[in-house]
Amino acid sequence: MAATSLTKIESRGTREEPTIAVSLRRRTRWSEAIAEGVIKATALVSILSVALIIAFITKEALPLLLSADVHREVTPLDLLVPRSSGGFVWQPVSAVPKYNVLPLFAGTLKVSFIALAVAIPLSVLAALYVSDFATRRLRETLKPIIELLAGVPSVVVGFFALVVLSTWVQRVFGTEHRLNAVVAGLGLSFAVCPIVFSISEDALRAVPASYRAAAQALGATRSQALLRVVIPAAMPGIAGAVVLGFGRAVGETMIVLLASGNAALLDVRWGHSTRTVTATIAQELGEVVTGGPHYRVLYALGALLFLATLVINILGEAVIQRMRGTVRATR
Amino acid sequence: MSAPLEELSTRSQQRHYGDRSLHLLSAAATALIVLMLAGILLDIACGGAGVVSWQFLSTYPRRGMTEGGILPAIFGTAALTLLMTVAAIPAGVATAVYLTEYASPRGAVARLVRVCIANLAGIPSIVFGLFGLGFFVTTLGGGIDRLAYEGKVTYGQPCLVWAALTLAMLTLPVVVVTTEDALRAVPRDLREASTALGATRLQTVLRVILPEARGGILTGGILAVSRGAGEVAPIMFTGVAYFARDLPTHLNDPFMSLGYHAYVLATQSPDVDRTKPLLYGTALVLLGVTFALNIVAIALRARSRRPSFGHT
Repeated sequence: MAATSLTKIESRGTREEPTIAVSLRRRTRWSEAIAEGVIKATALVSILSVALIIAFITKEALPLLLSADVHREVTPLDLLVPRSSGGFVWQPVSAVPKYNVLPLFAGTLKVSFIALAVAIPLSVLAALYVSDFATRRLRETLKPIIELLAGVPSVVVGFFALVVLSTWVQRVFGTEHRLNAVVAGLGLSFAVCPIVFSISEDALRAVPASYRAAAQALGATRSQALLRVVIPAAMPGIAGAVVLGFGRAVGETMIVLLASGNAALLDVRWGHSTRTVTATIAQELGEVVTGGPHYRVLYALGALLFLATLVINILGEAVIQRMRGTVRATR
Repeated sequence: MSAPLEELSTRSQQRHYGDRSLHLLSAAATALIVLMLAGILLDIACGGAGVVSWQFLSTYPRRGMTEGGILPAIFGTAALTLLMTVAAIPAGVATAVYLTEYASPRGAVARLVRVCIANLAGIPSIVFGLFGLGFFVTTLGGGIDRLAYEGKVTYGQPCLVWAALTLAMLTLPVVVVTTEDALRAVPRDLREASTALGATRLQTVLRVILPEARGGILTGGILAVSRGAGEVAPIMFTGVAYFARDLPTHLNDPFMSLGYHAYVLATQSPDVDRTKPLLYGTALVLLGVTFALNIVAIALRARSRRPSFGHT
């Protein structure tokens, strides 16, 4: 058997050389085309993923707009305008379920605002230090260290906020509730700082050295050059960093779930327990009837969250892209 | 003559103060951020050091999770991230190869792929959880049950494979971005030399470019695992279990994970003071794993910056 097949190959090899060469070339072309097809098809996975996410979140949320069954318990209008008895209350599990989402969005904004109020000054100043004051060696050490903060799992940050930060906050501010918007906001700033820092630092470093030299040649001190020339030049990048940091804050789940206290009340007081959109989904989706009104409302919240972060991220990226354009143009 | 000189010196002193205070202020801000990191690390390390022992790592939770170890959570996290990598790395590397080697840079498809990758990276993790439940568990899993299991609930429930695929979508951008950087760092001459020797584009990719970029691809994989291991929100509704008596052995088994275990201990424990040490131990193991992976990734990246061929 083996001998015959061997002779066959040999005979082919000697007599039909040209055809073999042609067929070989054709085969490589085929495999080449197949491989290219596979690679291109796989590259489309990302497009497919985004399309599926949009399609399925919408599909699960849409009955809130369309289904009469759902409307018997909750209409889209109920999400915004309080029913006669309820007021601005989110209380989906009760005799008369109340689905007003304003307390949740207020909670998200409140917590994000605190996080940004802490993170922006810290991160922008740190970016300035790393880009303009630190030696090259120190910069190479500090950058990865600060970026490591982004690698701490959010559930660990949330736990830290729950156990340690809450005690500090209560001791310093004497807050009424142990877990509140301030604790959640401080915890959240741990996640926001690395983002704002690294984008701001990129922006500051993208400002050409000639700007700094020109400012100092005109008699400006180093701090004047930084505050009046370099930072304004990097401003679009820093603004983009802030916008993206806001997007991160709005979308974060575990930190606020653990540290905010989760009281869904429309309450402007900083020291009071609060609840965000993300924490609501995380806490309630596990206990709802699939396909029921409450389930639909949670998916609708997810859709709103998706849209909000999409707009925020596109805005942030656009601002940063424009900054790249202007700095390059003036170089 | 003395007055203007004095004035000059005070002015230069003022200038000096301005510079110095900005220097100090920015250094203090940097120190504070580093302190935030150090604070978390130290607190978790001190709280968990006394708890983490071989016994803690190798036994099951006992007595309603107020005693015992975290073996199923460690095993579950490992199985989850392994499955996730199997899905995310081939897809991510192929996407990066497409973007750098095949697509025309200004082509519509390539631009759309880029937009979608950036978009995926920005979607909140809880939205991935909602999607995983609606698509993988209900639609895909339910469909498989109807077709292959006569409607018996087999894949139409939260389980390991759906959680892993949800996480793979979440970590895809990490793999793509890191791999793309690595592929772009491969010198152009290598591609040209390979083509000049008669290699096809596929041969060039498989035998020259990917081997040259393997450090970067590895970095992407490590970062993805580190990210995936720490995520809780996307797996909450797609597979993770409060408690699972058995280690997951099938794709449709529920599983425990370190992150979710920590969340459960922190929020749903009947006796917080007794579970607190366990909580610290779990957090320390999770933090240790993600941190070690991140540091390896940083080291790899620093090494791969040095060119292997003496090109610049």
